Amino acid sequence: MFSSFMVNTWLAATTVAAIAGVVGFFVVLRGASFVAHAVPKSAFAGAAGASLLGISTLGGLGAFSLLGALTIGWLGRRGRHDVATALSIVVMLGLGALFLSWSAEYASEIYALLFGQVLGVSGSEVLVTVVLGAVSLLAVATLYRPLLLSSATPELAATRGLRSSRVELAFLLLVALVTTTAVPVVGALLMFSLMIGPAGAAQALSRRPATAICLSTAIALCTVWLSIAASYLSNWPIGFFVGTLAGLAYVAARLAAAALRRRAVSVERLGAAGR
Amino acid sequence: MRALFEPGFFASTPVRTALVVGAIVALASGVIGVLTVIRSQSFSGHALGDVGTVGGSAAFLANVSPLWGFLGIAVLASGTMELFGVERRRGRDVATGVVLGAALGLSALLLYFDTTSTSTSGAAVTILFGSLFTVSSDLLPALAGLGGGVLGAVLVMYRPLLLSSVSSELAAANGLPVRFLGVAFLVMTGIGVSLSALAVGTILSTALLIGPAAAALRLTRRPGRAMLAAGASGLAATWLGILLAYDSFYWPPARKGWPVSFFVVALVLVFYVGSGSLSSARSRRARGTT
Repeated sequence: MFSSFMVNTWLAATTVAAIAGVVGFFVVLRGASFVAHAVPKSAFAGAAGASLLGISTLGGLGAFSLLGALTIGWLGRRGRHDVATALSIVVMLGLGALFLSWSAEYASEIYALLFGQVLGVSGSEVLVTVVLGAVSLLAVATLYRPLLLSSATPELAATRGLRSSRVELAFLLLVALVTTTAVPVVGALLMFSLMIGPAGAAQALSRRPATAICLSTAIALCTVWLSIAASYLSNWPIGFFVGTLAGLAYVAARLAAAALRRRAVSVERLGAAGR
Repeated sequence: MRALFEPGFFASTPVRTALVVGAIVALASGVIGVLTVIRSQSFSGHALGDVGTVGGSAAFLANVSPLWGFLGIAVLASGTMELFGVERRRGRDVATGVVLGAALGLSALLLYFDTTSTSTSGAAVTILFGSLFTVSSDLLPALAGLGGGVLGAVLVMYRPLLLSSVSSELAAANGLPVRFLGVAFLVMTGIGVSLSALAVGTILSTALLIGPAAAALRLTRRPGRAMLAAGASGLAATWLGILLAYDSFYWPPARKGWPVSFFVVALVLVFYVGSGSLSSARSRRARGTT
């Protein structure tokens, strides 16, 4: 499991989990799960198109996740945001279906793009993943204050002169960047589980942003590490483990938060009775 | 006429089945879709379609029609989503996301079993992207029954559903069971999405649900009229899509036909963009006359 060809896998997956945990925090805070789901799906069409043209998959992924993010931003300005997101997803996927029917792509490769191909990551791919991951983290660090302010209290952000449309655009671009980094490793559909599950769990447990971000990253890392190990041992697709573990983490966190609240209430009552 | 309809269009059985299936799906999706857009539940609708992948791939393993898989899982998932997060809008968003994520993971496993246990490798593509031409005509009675059932349910619950969609506080003040209506509507959405997943595949099913409805709601504010318009434009998109896909058989580059799902989605988008320019032209004219 830790042999030399697996080192790349561990490195790439750890990077992806770290950025998914951090960016996922903002996704959940902004209630933008749908966007986080839509952009990776658009990217899938890009990968299909890239294989048709014979250019690099990463280029196709980048171009289409950018295109998807900008379409959501553009359509969302005029109409309902969720409708805009839904429509941009289906347009991109429709294009993906067309590209797939044109190219002689095998079903297994499509499957890998959708559900991830962790085993067999090459050295150059790891380098790209790590560099893009570092850029994403840097972007989050730069945007930290405005993102947090406009996500948590949009009214306050507006009074401080923060343009919400600009922050929204920056956020969409960030999601596109993270998508490009992660999709080659965990696949278009499961990038999303990794962003939502751990971050949702973290926010159920803590209301403080810094704590929640750390928790979310930690949960995402554990999810990915356990998934790689389980996938290596069972030979089942990694996406299955990522999806289920992320879901379980969320359910466990919700239950734990409810239990903590109950205990706090009963302690309070005891205190009141004692007085 | 010959240029428009390739020879043999109306004589082919798959085409005839596809036309009937497309009509049922478009009408049911149009009606449900208008309510989905009014309730701002596009994400739930989309998620139910994606979740259907689990059912579709399980049905593939069990060797039954994917429709039953779509239906079973959509009803199950809609219940889970309501159970998880109802208290706040953001809670609903995360709950939908988590259910969707877990379901996608499960479908990864089932599709993996599909591709390894059977000799056919196309399960993933068929379930995800669908094709109207592969729907078996044996399913027609069941499809008609489901589509009719959804339309009937909307008719029966029309007023309460609409009121609770526009303002849940007002509906609760009027003594309506808001929670029950929410669950019932989500189950109906599940059925509607399953139908359209059969037609255009699980990950494109959103197109028929949201596209025509959103276009219609840009043109009229009346829900009843919007439902009619959405049904009609959905019908036009599917039928034209079938025709174009049939005609595309000799088109470049592959000369094996373009996918029918692509045409349906593209036409839905064209209608949406068209409705936008129509409504803005109309409002310009209205401003000009006053």
